[in-house]
Amino acid sequence: MYYKDPSYRVFYYINLALLIGISILCILPMIHIFAVSLSGKSAAEANLVTFFPIDFNFESYTKTFENDNFGNAIITSIWRAITGTTLGMIVTIMAAFSLSRSSAEFRVRALYVWFFLFIMIFDAGLVPNYLLVQKVGLVNSFWVLILPGLVNVWNMILMMNFFRALPKELDEAAIVDGATSFRILFSVYLPISLPAIATISLFTMVGHWNSWFDGMLYMRSQEQWPLATLLQTIVVVQDFSKTGITPEDLEMMSNRSVKAAQIFIAMLPILAVYPLLQRFFVKGIVLGAVKE
Amino acid sequence: MKNNDIIASTGRSSTALRSKMPFRKTWRLHLLLLPAVLIALVFKYAPMPGIIMAFQDFKPWLGIGGSPWIGWDNFELMFTLNGTVQVIWNTLIISVLKIIFGLAVPVLFALLLNEVRNMGLKRSIQTMVYLPHFMSWVILGGILLDLLSLDGIVNRLLTTLNIKPVMFLGDGDWFRVTVIVSDLWKEFGFSAIVFLAALSGINPDLYEAAEIDGAGRLQQTINITLPSLLPIMVVVFTLSLGSMLSANFDQIYNLINPLVLGKGDIIDTFVFRSFQDGQYSLATTVGLFKSLVGFILISGGYYVAYKWANYRIF
Repeated sequence: MYYKDPSYRVFYYINLALLIGISILCILPMIHIFAVSLSGKSAAEANLVTFFPIDFNFESYTKTFENDNFGNAIITSIWRAITGTTLGMIVTIMAAFSLSRSSAEFRVRALYVWFFLFIMIFDAGLVPNYLLVQKVGLVNSFWVLILPGLVNVWNMILMMNFFRALPKELDEAAIVDGATSFRILFSVYLPISLPAIATISLFTMVGHWNSWFDGMLYMRSQEQWPLATLLQTIVVVQDFSKTGITPEDLEMMSNRSVKAAQIFIAMLPILAVYPLLQRFFVKGIVLGAVKE
Repeated sequence: MKNNDIIASTGRSSTALRSKMPFRKTWRLHLLLLPAVLIALVFKYAPMPGIIMAFQDFKPWLGIGGSPWIGWDNFELMFTLNGTVQVIWNTLIISVLKIIFGLAVPVLFALLLNEVRNMGLKRSIQTMVYLPHFMSWVILGGILLDLLSLDGIVNRLLTTLNIKPVMFLGDGDWFRVTVIVSDLWKEFGFSAIVFLAALSGINPDLYEAAEIDGAGRLQQTINITLPSLLPIMVVVFTLSLGSMLSANFDQIYNLINPLVLGKGDIIDTFVFRSFQDGQYSLATTVGLFKSLVGFILISGGYYVAYKWANYRIF
């Protein structure tokens, strides 16, 4: 066998070391941020912290949560993730079911497919989209974070492919029993599609939690912003003119360990669902792959 | 194999069954599609007429109906304005490099990871390298700003190695390098999933036969593994061409600063800035140019992927 070959064994261990090194490199920045967030102010300012906290304390976290803006933003983000994911999944599952029917059964299927395919490959652009949202009256409304993103064609395709891979006998049996499309979807398809639904829900949820641009584009008042948008202005732009905060707040925001704490809090929900995500996503991705 | 036969045979009988059943009332299927269609009509199709702003000197207070028409002037402006031409170049340079490395590195990583036979170790490595994919560029932007600043941890490491500190985000060329490398760092693991799936699908008999013929691992990789990966590589590559004019707004916007606008500004950041400055028509025009090129590249990409690898999305 090739792996008994001495030169291959040398390669094998070098390769192993390389891969382990690379994977550690992928999580080191997060560990660094976590260490800074738990460090004392002076050590963090002087940038002495590497991967272990110096002067260990939770002060930056308590300071962060004392800030009302931050609490509001977290609530908005949670609310957004729940609403957006629930409504998005309902719309996606319903549409995907219809699209998963054969063209023999659902003759205008191709028409719908092109309708959705087109919006996936052509976008009107930032300014027309903004003007439309303005015209519809959604500027400064919570729903601007939810409604435009409800139709995610890519998720629809994943869901549709999952439905199509289910055994046809289930359909046959249900039809013979006189079940309608609604009945087939709710009583036959939904119960056995829970893993796929869980996967796509988790991805949607992470997407909602992470998205920041729509909040910045469509919402003028900072109290309405989701966490990602707030974090963007505090941590990245470092622009305090818009946020209307007091000088004490300003001192706090420019504090390196507080900033690190805020970044880590934004990472936390993703880290929490990550083990679940990982169990599912390989399946989900393969669905869109090359078909024989 | 057996399952396929069963499905195929029942598939045939089902059409016969169906034509007899009064199942042609498909209104329920239309109804199930209705919410998605409405949302798409309002938020995706309704903005499209707004594209005509590209042919107007649009003023918000006059509206699309009242703004004066100026024909192709905006497009002429786009291709003659120094700023916009530079921006298109920046976008192309950054995204082409991202596409090339974004294909090569995940393939290489998948090949190397495929050699690991300890399953527990393999899974731990995967857990770690997939993680950055799920973090937003706001979070990673914040982290990078901290790590790569002049007194950041990376520059401190360089100083101890007697290398002069580098302005990763303050120098145009270094900015491009940083953007490409950090994007690669975030995505290479997750992009490797498709290739790992393809690798696990290769028929083991091929390797056994090669083994008997005395082929080493390298020869096996070159003659069996790589050819088996080729179709999926073609698909990934052609589909990624669609992002040629994107270059990732989220990332660039969160890392860019006035020092590196010259070499780091891309189409999307330019469009957003023009929009903020109230230059609606120019922003629409540049955005339209990007959308059209993207449309052509994506449709072309899907066509090639379909012809070459029988890839179908719907």
